[in-house]
Amino acid sequence: MKNNTSNTAALTFSLLSGLIFGIGLILAGMANPAKVLAFLDIAGLWDPSLGLVMGGAIGIGLIAFAIAKKRSLSYLGFSIQLPTNRVIDKRLVLGSLGFGIGWGLVGICPAPAFVLLGTGSIKGIIFVVAMVIGMGIYELLENCTKSGNK
Amino acid sequence: MLIDWNNFTPWTALAGGALIGVASALFILFNGRIAGITGILGGLLRPKFRDIGWRLAFIIGLTAAPFVWLQFAPLPDIQIESSNTLLAITGLIVGIGTRYGSGCTSGHGVCGISRLSPRSIVATLAFMATGVITVYIVRHLAGV
Repeated sequence: MKNNTSNTAALTFSLLSGLIFGIGLILAGMANPAKVLAFLDIAGLWDPSLGLVMGGAIGIGLIAFAIAKKRSLSYLGFSIQLPTNRVIDKRLVLGSLGFGIGWGLVGICPAPAFVLLGTGSIKGIIFVVAMVIGMGIYELLENCTKSGNK
Repeated sequence: MLIDWNNFTPWTALAGGALIGVASALFILFNGRIAGITGILGGLLRPKFRDIGWRLAFIIGLTAAPFVWLQFAPLPDIQIESSNTLLAITGLIVGIGTRYGSGCTSGHGVCGISRLSPRSIVATLAFMATGVITVYIVRHLAGV
């Protein structure tokens, strides 16, 4: 199954998915941190637009994932990998709470960060580099915890 | 609650959202993967040789979006008012938080809710809540 043709197809669809995702973010206004903050500012002059972004995305997503759940292989023949973890634990909740604080401070989350990087903005570059370092710190902490448990 | 009707953009928001949905649909139905940026990027820091290509391809596509957009139209308004120092600090927080929380707005907020995953619904409520509270503190209590 994993021949060169399917690998090229996988790369093409990855690139295309990323591109369409990014175009969607720009069109939706999600790539504009000021608009994201205006959505989170429910006590101020509230811009509800981004609620509709979630609505539009989830509307399509519900159909796609309903199909995906019934299949084991993708249309390109790859196994469909849906998350299996069902545990709602401290890591999930505290991590997400922390992410929200960062998001609320500047109005940038990971996907739009790459779109900002692509505009050549210095601020976008700074954010992405710091975010990757943050993910690296997570890996280090995880490795320390794992070796500490042995 | 006061709605900012002048900046409310329902049609582009819905259309942009639908494109994000289409991208996530293509990714799960053709590549068999969840279009979650945290997971796609995080996986590159724990590289498995077979996975590097598609992860990079997705990120390159995402990063190339403004360039492709510019071939057809000028980019819409993008305002980042935060200082570079604040961006560096929040970048770190977002990197660490999303990895501990196993996802962000794309993986939990779009794909996870579309899968009706209880974990993703909890995560999305959590980051939405602190996002709103943080903006409230900064804008209305600290008065910046």
